[in-house]
Amino acid sequence: MPRLPHIQKVLLIGSGPIQIGQAAEFDFSGSQACRALREEGVEVVLVNSNPATIQTDPEMADVIYVEPLKADIIAKIIEKEKPDGILSGMGGQTGLNLTAELAEMGALAGVEILGTPLEAIYRGEDREKFRTLMEEIYEPVPRSMILNHIDQIDEALAQVGLPAIIRPAYTLGGAGGGVAHSPEEMRRIVEVGLQRSRIHQVLIEESVLGWQEIEFEVMRDSANTCLIVCGMENVDAMGIHTGESVVVAPILTLRDDEFQLLRCAAIKIIRALDVQGGCNIQFAYRNGDYRVIEVNPRVSRSSALASKATGYPIARVAAKIAIGLRLDEITNSVTGSTPASFEPAIDYVVVKVPRWPFDKFRRADRTLTTAMKSTGEVMAIGRTVEEAFMKAMRSLDTDISSHSSPNEIRMVLSSPTDERFACLFDAFRTGFSVAEVAELTHILPFFLKKIENIVKMEEVLKSGAASDTIRKAKRLGFSTEEIARLTGRSVDEVEAVAGLPTYKMVDTCAAEFPANTPYFYSTWEDTCEIVPQDHEKVLILGSGPIRIGQGIEFDYCTVHAVMALREEGVEVHIVNNNPETVSTDFDTSDRLFFEPMQLEDVVNILRKDHYAGVMVQFGGQNSVNLAMPLEKRLAELGLATRILGTSPDAMDMAEDRDRFSGILEDLGIPTPPNSAAYSETEARAIAESIGYPVLVRPSYVLGGRAMEIVYDEVELESYMKEAVRVSRQHPVLIDSFLQDAVEIDVDAVCDGEEVLIGGIMEHIEEAGVHSGDSACVIPPQSLSDSVIGRVRDYTVRLALAIGTAGLINIQYAVKDDVVYVLEANPRASRTVPFVSKATGIPLAKVAAKTMLGRKLKDLGYVEKEIRHVAIKEVLLPFNKLPGVDTVLGPEMKSTGEVMGIDYGFGRAFYKACIAADNELPLEGNVFISVTDEQKEEIVPIARKLADHGLALYGTSGTVEALTRAGIATNLVRKVQEGSPNVIDMMRRGEVNLIVNTPAGKKSRQDHYEIMRATMDYGIPYITTMQGARAAAMAIDDITTQEITIEPLRHYHDNS
Amino acid sequence: MKAVLGLADGEYCVGEGFGAEGSCAGELVFTTQMAGYMEALTDPSYAGQILMFTYPLVGNYGVDEQNFQSPSVKAMGCVVREVCGYPAGAPDMKSYFEDHGVFGISGVDTRSLTIRTRLHGTLRASLIVGDDNGDHAVECARNVQPITDLDLISQVSCTQPYRIEGKGKRIAVIDLGIKKNMILSLRRRGADLYVFPHDVRHDEIEACKPQALFLTNGPGDPRNARAAIDCIKRYLGRIPIYGICMGNQVAALAFGAETYKMKFGHRGSNQPVRRKGGQIYITTQNHGFAVDGDTLPEDCEIAFTNLNDGSLEGFSSRYHDVITVQFHPEAHGGPRETEQPFFDMIYRRIP
Repeated sequence: MPRLPHIQKVLLIGSGPIQIGQAAEFDFSGSQACRALREEGVEVVLVNSNPATIQTDPEMADVIYVEPLKADIIAKIIEKEKPDGILSGMGGQTGLNLTAELAEMGALAGVEILGTPLEAIYRGEDREKFRTLMEEIYEPVPRSMILNHIDQIDEALAQVGLPAIIRPAYTLGGAGGGVAHSPEEMRRIVEVGLQRSRIHQVLIEESVLGWQEIEFEVMRDSANTCLIVCGMENVDAMGIHTGESVVVAPILTLRDDEFQLLRCAAIKIIRALDVQGGCNIQFAYRNGDYRVIEVNPRVSRSSALASKATGYPIARVAAKIAIGLRLDEITNSVTGSTPASFEPAIDYVVVKVPRWPFDKFRRADRTLTTAMKSTGEVMAIGRTVEEAFMKAMRSLDTDISSHSSPNEIRMVLSSPTDERFACLFDAFRTGFSVAEVAELTHILPFFLKKIENIVKMEEVLKSGAASDTIRKAKRLGFSTEEIARLTGRSVDEVEAVAGLPTYKMVDTCAAEFPANTPYFYSTWEDTCEIVPQDHEKVLILGSGPIRIGQGIEFDYCTVHAVMALREEGVEVHIVNNNPETVSTDFDTSDRLFFEPMQLEDVVNILRKDHYAGVMVQFGGQNSVNLAMPLEKRLAELGLATRILGTSPDAMDMAEDRDRFSGILEDLGIPTPPNSAAYSETEARAIAESIGYPVLVRPSYVLGGRAMEIVYDEVELESYMKEAVRVSRQHPVLIDSFLQDAVEIDVDAVCDGEEVLIGGIMEHIEEAGVHSGDSACVIPPQSLSDSVIGRVRDYTVRLALAIGTAGLINIQYAVKDDVVYVLEANPRASRTVPFVSKATGIPLAKVAAKTMLGRKLKDLGYVEKEIRHVAIKEVLLPFNKLPGVDTVLGPEMKSTGEVMGIDYGFGRAFYKACIAADNELPLEGNVFISVTDEQKEEIVPIARKLADHGLALYGTSGTVEALTRAGIATNLVRKVQEGSPNVIDMMRRGEVNLIVNTPAGKKSRQDHYEIMRATMDYGIPYITTMQGARAAAMAIDDITTQEITIEPLRHYHDNS
Repeated sequence: MKAVLGLADGEYCVGEGFGAEGSCAGELVFTTQMAGYMEALTDPSYAGQILMFTYPLVGNYGVDEQNFQSPSVKAMGCVVREVCGYPAGAPDMKSYFEDHGVFGISGVDTRSLTIRTRLHGTLRASLIVGDDNGDHAVECARNVQPITDLDLISQVSCTQPYRIEGKGKRIAVIDLGIKKNMILSLRRRGADLYVFPHDVRHDEIEACKPQALFLTNGPGDPRNARAAIDCIKRYLGRIPIYGICMGNQVAALAFGAETYKMKFGHRGSNQPVRRKGGQIYITTQNHGFAVDGDTLPEDCEIAFTNLNDGSLEGFSSRYHDVITVQFHPEAHGGPRETEQPFFDMIYRRIP
């Protein structure tokens, strides 16, 4: 059947900000869907609150709204745009939930739900409906019980037993779930789970802990044709969320009859759900017995992985099916000749390993459970399991601490944390047997044996370096550098024996058909499938796994650089290892390498073909760090490939404190007093002379702890002892900390002659909060023309002096009318997409073109004066990470961002807050607790809130201050003083906003507990005075002005 | 142990041998199925062929005898990238090959061999285990007779007729190299099966008074199944005739249609097939010959088509009550979605 003729215009809902459990995969899927729909002549209306997405680019959809993903707002968009259909399954659970909400509120009259029908949304998420459906079609599910109230817990214990798994309904990545081994544990998890669930419902079910976890990605079209795109097997057994598990594809350990048993079940299920599109189905499997665990009737992180693992573009095909096309009417874009109605056959092993943020959150509970905690993942491809494991480990880019004590190893293996995968290697290094490890971990011996093989090879390499051994090690995935280290030979010697890797193609069909896809991975085989071509190419380094501090923004920049180069007619290749992203979609670039991004991996690619240049400035810190070694290695090898854009030396000039200070001095640009300390004594002296508080950071980081503000000598000493190893090579950097200064971020592009200022962003939070965690606004709201003039002037002069070619981000602090430069980074920053979306200038694209030598004056972009206000607000992961300190500081903690855009600060801030799931109340109760120094400052803010009819609550000190100022405030006890306190109020659902600034050390405990409860009960909160002021302003504005619902183009055209 | 795979085009690859020492020579064919390696190796249709798996890891779950499609490995040899030496809970493939005299080679770039096959068509090859003399291997490969000249069916067909009793309809099965699951699928429906060797005479079949004739899969060129073609001709229009794989081809030949050797065939468990005007199925396939649909007589209808290359995947004749398919509804290995529609339909249609 050709596509449905009456569907001319489709609304696509994105997934909003990056958060734990919902990462870049939905930008990838949504972007693919947009392209697929537009190919069929369908007009696409897209709504997403996340500016750092490719799908919100003007090229991607016909009409784009960057608005909060809330049903009432989307209802207004529907009213305005009148789409014929809504594609529900592309924005993750957020998209499905919103579709359900819109339908429930009657906003979908005349709008057809495409892809995932409403009933499937309910049946996928509502546990009871899911269970009923499974029983109807005779598919086994674990024994279970639904709880709507904590009183039912005894019944649950009797009916289901222990251990039991608890899952809240309608949450992302299973947030708030867990495994209970005791009645107390069950009570605690259920309590939190009920709160987190959108419908206050949790499921308690039979534990299938230790069973194998198997996943299928299934497709179905309107003609009822079904196929399995990919079967995936979790290396970690049931009990660990699949997003937290090491996963392999295809399924490696099931016999064909076992595989077919589950395949049949999967097809039966997608038919029963009546999904037209893609669906993810998870099974627990043990000895011929299985349980259906979960069904996601939409694209997901797993479907992104499956797409990258097989080359089958699930989202693209799902979108086409949703508008009526049949699988056999859609072409397999990989072969270009066969239809999409087939099951991919692959001829390699794919491994996915999650990336956790615990390097940033030392105090977080690192245990892996059925709730997600990871922020991202890497994927590696090899021709052996060992090779794929090793490549995945290399791609992770994280400090892996090794364990050598058997007791500690036993502990990590039996109660899994993020360290477990690496610890498996340690176990074999310390002499554990496969059987022992299998018993501790429930991991199948098949996989353990592969790890043991790797460890055995390490031993062999240590004892000698026969040519044959080196080649074998290569096939097991050892890098040349690792082999050199283990054998004691030089990298060049090892390479002389091993040679260079071959590159094989990912083609969906195991070479049965010729493929056009330029999608490659390296391996050590006989034949290489890359045929070098004379014309010049450029390689762009991607950003790897999503982690805190290196998020989707860098993938956005990478993709833009690719688009820019293609516009310029340059052949452009990408290397990256993150399966969730748009950049690793095989048709984003002219050639995709799915590879680790260590020096060796990158250089090997450059040696296989003729590359004019390589771009490192878009991929974030990692790829920037490669600049210097890459330049050196290229010179050693005599390759003509150049590092395009800002030279590594210029990057170093900005990075190196002494060189940078030198430039600033020459230019006469102020910077806070700073110095480097090479010993503890020196550090004390420097801090003394600069004056406390000081900002300290190591040049060498131990265990992920980095920047801190220290207020006195005692704190400095403990910092020096705990956090850093100070030495001649690794000094500690000490900066004067400008308290209460206003921070500014500037993103600009420089072509060596001219500088284009993309945007000047004023931070809403005070200096000291990491710029990545601070809300910020374009244009600046509180800065004088003179300050802005100086910021412009400094930006231009500094960018030119450093020798920037491409992007530069400069951070400033303004205090007492002095503009200080804090740092300058000549590379893509995480604010580039926000600036681009706020102003309409495609900054990363412009930068990429200047890196090819184009001049700004020819490209025709000028700094924009905008009439609207755009605010970036961040998303913090505290509700997903129990135990984490919620105080914002110089260490970045946020996972993602949203943009609020409107014609006034208040309305834009209000939108940004809603979009970040921190909805400001227009009625109800506000709890305020601030430090003594802030008591005066809070008065006008509190007055504004009270004037709008909000009831105020506070603890003794705050209440006293406010009452004295004539503002009626109700008293509650401090948490330490017992009931009735604010936590009791929260539990009863009586608090609508918490304003709680981090106190001095003494009452930290109170703050900590309040914040924890805030997270658990999902109550909006504000932790800074500036945030509170902005919130009051927003509440003030919103009661008198309507928010604007207009597409992005409307703002850009009006500037 | 050394091993070498020689190709008739002059290339050879040296690898690690496993299983028995010795040599074999025949067509080198590849299958893209990712599991079910023992089902494939024991499939009698692979007789006379060296079977290469495109999936690089073979033997992960060991040797699952319960899923064998015949009592022993029928492929002449096996080419893999890596064979697993430590499967859980089952004997490993290496020891099984050793004990049962099967030849295997691992450590070769199977993907590159697959591409070579795709580009040049199925290659004649030889596999020598215990030696790595490439030139000799190439020579052996060049001496391999074309598969069209080989009598492979007689190597895998039963030699004596036998009966598998059932309470239902009587079906005469001509065994050209039957897979176990074909029997199981027919039995599951209650059929009373009389299984005959490939060279059976018409009167021998007649003795059991069959209500239907069933033609199985089998190795090599279908034109070599002369007796079977002859039997079909005699039964055409008298009782329903059904067939799978080679059964499809011999039925077409009985109608006077032509078969041809494909460039490299269809082998795998992901082949999309469309029933005329209807449903699409993912099927298991293993064939190097195909029916030329254009040569079928007018009263025959192409019932199934391969969506990848448009080749014939089954035909039917309403007038003569013939239904045959090129793919494998009995699965094992591979998707089971055509098992029920196909076997239910043919069994129901038997009067």
